[in-house]
Amino acid sequence: MTASTQLLTVRAKPPRSRNKAASSPLATALAYLAGVIIIIITIVPLLFIFIGGFRTTPQINNDPTGLPHPWLWTNYRIIVTSHVFWHFLMNSALIAIITTTLAVSLGAMAAFALSRYTFKGREALFSFFTIGLLFPLTVAALPLYLLLRDLGLLENMFGVAIPEAAFSLSITIVILRPFMRQIPGELEDAAVIDGTTKLGFFWRVLLPLSAPALTTVAILAFVTSWNFFILPLLVFNNQIHFTLPLGVAAFQSQYSADTARVFAFTALSMLPTLLFFTVAQRRIVGGLTGAVKG
Amino acid sequence: MASEGHTTTRPGQPVPGVVPPARQAPGRKSTRSGVRQRLELLLLIGPAFVLFVGFVLVPIVVAVYYSFYKWSGFGPLNHPVGLGNYRRAFADTVFLHAIQHNVTIALLSLFLQLPLSIGLALLLNRQLRGRGFLRLVVFAPYVLSEAVTAVMWLMLLQPDGFVDQAFKHLGLGSLVTTWLANTHVVLYTLFVVITWKYIGFGVILLLAGLQGIPTELREASALDGASPWQTTRRVILPLLGPTIRIWIFLSMIGSLQVFDIPWIMTLGGPAGASTTMSTYLIDKGFQSYEFGYGSAVAVILFIFCFVFALLYQRFALRRDTAGALTRMAG
Repeated sequence: MTASTQLLTVRAKPPRSRNKAASSPLATALAYLAGVIIIIITIVPLLFIFIGGFRTTPQINNDPTGLPHPWLWTNYRIIVTSHVFWHFLMNSALIAIITTTLAVSLGAMAAFALSRYTFKGREALFSFFTIGLLFPLTVAALPLYLLLRDLGLLENMFGVAIPEAAFSLSITIVILRPFMRQIPGELEDAAVIDGTTKLGFFWRVLLPLSAPALTTVAILAFVTSWNFFILPLLVFNNQIHFTLPLGVAAFQSQYSADTARVFAFTALSMLPTLLFFTVAQRRIVGGLTGAVKG
Repeated sequence: MASEGHTTTRPGQPVPGVVPPARQAPGRKSTRSGVRQRLELLLLIGPAFVLFVGFVLVPIVVAVYYSFYKWSGFGPLNHPVGLGNYRRAFADTVFLHAIQHNVTIALLSLFLQLPLSIGLALLLNRQLRGRGFLRLVVFAPYVLSEAVTAVMWLMLLQPDGFVDQAFKHLGLGSLVTTWLANTHVVLYTLFVVITWKYIGFGVILLLAGLQGIPTELREASALDGASPWQTTRRVILPLLGPTIRIWIFLSMIGSLQVFDIPWIMTLGGPAGASTTMSTYLIDKGFQSYEFGYGSAVAVILFIFCFVFALLYQRFALRRDTAGALTRMAG
């Protein structure tokens, strides 16, 4: 609500730049209209879920589009004070941290080797690592499940984190390699003349210089893992191990009759993502769309 | 420390996991440095390689193997069926419909989502007040998990729920149907949810692409007497080509693998009207314990993705793979 009104009250202003195509008032008006529509379509459903959490199920059934009257904290309070939600949240966080650590550290090492060493079969090896971009984990789900069963990793967070990290390696290497490649060779020469080894150069010079790209791949791996559904679905049976996406789906089918409660639970489970996104917005959007210039 | 790393390092300083450094002239090739380089490469690539082979490649290869057996996932593999599983898949109308659903989603993405994304990106690529906020909003659904998105829309689409009421308030009450129970509508309902979730990614990607196009080109084109429409069509869109091609690639692969949203919202139903290859595969494998058959379906899905990716890279991405691939992700 506040969002759309905020934009609605903003008046169209003559463009400051000499941008020709933008100067048509009709196009500008259309752009604002499109903007308002986007905001409504995106925010209203989200808002509805959050607000619905403050109502009771009979209220929602009587008037689905109404506002809470009075605003009730009960649904939210019950969820926040129960262990279930926090369990899901912790599980998601731990798995995402393990996945990210594995994918970024191993990916950075491999990307370093693939970018700053010359050896036979280097390009072939790089292409090999990119195969992971071409198909979804679903394809590997059945054998992966059996493999994890044999390794005793079912009902274990490593059973989710390790395959996720493996599948994240592709994108990590694809992003890091060109970035590491463009760091000037003079820096490496200087480091070598100063007596450091190639690995020393990697650790002390290249990694710190690659911080922006590393942040990008870390965010990517983290968000992917945080949102991942299919692998936790297969690996976890016991609700105590559930991640947040799995937990939300389970909660919904468990309490499907209690709409208000499901609303509150769904709203709360969106909150960490939306907060993280608002805080790290620049990094995420930039990271996904062009922080790394190939 | 970072930028001046080379001045702070001294010979002989221990580096974790590394043999004490031997002086080595750049580019000099001796047997010793050759061995050393090989060791370093092993140390650097080895772990990633093992992880990748073990958890990405081996499962795929093993799936091919399982696909020739009838197997419940327990006990020995002793019931070979040759290509029987594949024949069965292509004779099963539910699976054929699943392929059709995936293709439908892919085509709808291409012909509805892409033009919509381009249009929105072009509109938003101007000096607007609150543009930063708009970007934030447009991108927000993309960071939400599919599962949460699915549960949210499942709730909103309940009969006589929020969406139905909203339609009625807008005077469109006659259009209301059972969005998730009507076999003719359910796939399109899911497509709308998918679009809601993913459109922001396309818009942001294309906006980034647009920002890479120098304004001088627009101006030059306008000076030459081109209308804004002509400029957009003949100058901007071709320059946006690499970004569009990457979007198409990601979107097509994504369309082939849709799983979470139909699984949570409809379980592929009703009557298989929203089954996708992935939901079919998981259903056969884990609900019916047909691991051999499920693996055959997985292999078919893999071949779809792989063939598409190879052809697409060969014919469409050839010119801009390296740059664009890094662009799309980074």
